[in-house]
Amino acid sequence: MKVVLFSIFLISGLFFFAVGTLGILRFPDLYTRAHSSAKCDTLGAFLTLISFCIYNGFNPVTFKIILIIIFIFITTPTATHIIARGNYEKEGDSKNGKL
Amino acid sequence: MISLLKFSLIFLSVTIFLCMYRAIKGPSIADRIIAINVVNTKVITIIIGVSFIFHETYFIDVALVYALISFTASVLISKVIKES
Repeated sequence: MKVVLFSIFLISGLFFFAVGTLGILRFPDLYTRAHSSAKCDTLGAFLTLISFCIYNGFNPVTFKIILIIIFIFITTPTATHIIARGNYEKEGDSKNGKL
Repeated sequence: MISLLKFSLIFLSVTIFLCMYRAIKGPSIADRIIAINVVNTKVITIIIGVSFIFHETYFIDVALVYALISFTASVLISKVIKES
């Protein structure tokens, strides 16, 4: 049971990491790349770290990993948003100009 | 189970190298910062996996501090982008 849950969460997390990396490589624009990197940051990291919690069992280290999950969930989309907004205020959209 | 853990760490390292391609080639500064942000998230995951392979629990604290530093760096560099 533990092995099955660990495998499912870890492989789905790696899938989201791979898809996010493919989007960062292939998408044409900054904003589409920011969208793809947010997938990588939230879903990939969440599923992979949950699988590490299942691997570890129940002890204080699991609590620290859950703290890291909450911190990543709050901070990395915020950082992506701040970067995209800063670039938008500086340059505007690439097709329409500044709105 | 441990072999799947090792495979996941190698897979994440390969995707880090693919992100580094975008970070080196990216046309603007913001592209590079977004790629480096993803690399930071992957490095946090790799540090926690390595702590399970080596049975060293203090690596988790290293991962927590790394998350704090990467967030601060992203916010500061985005302010530099906005003001330049």
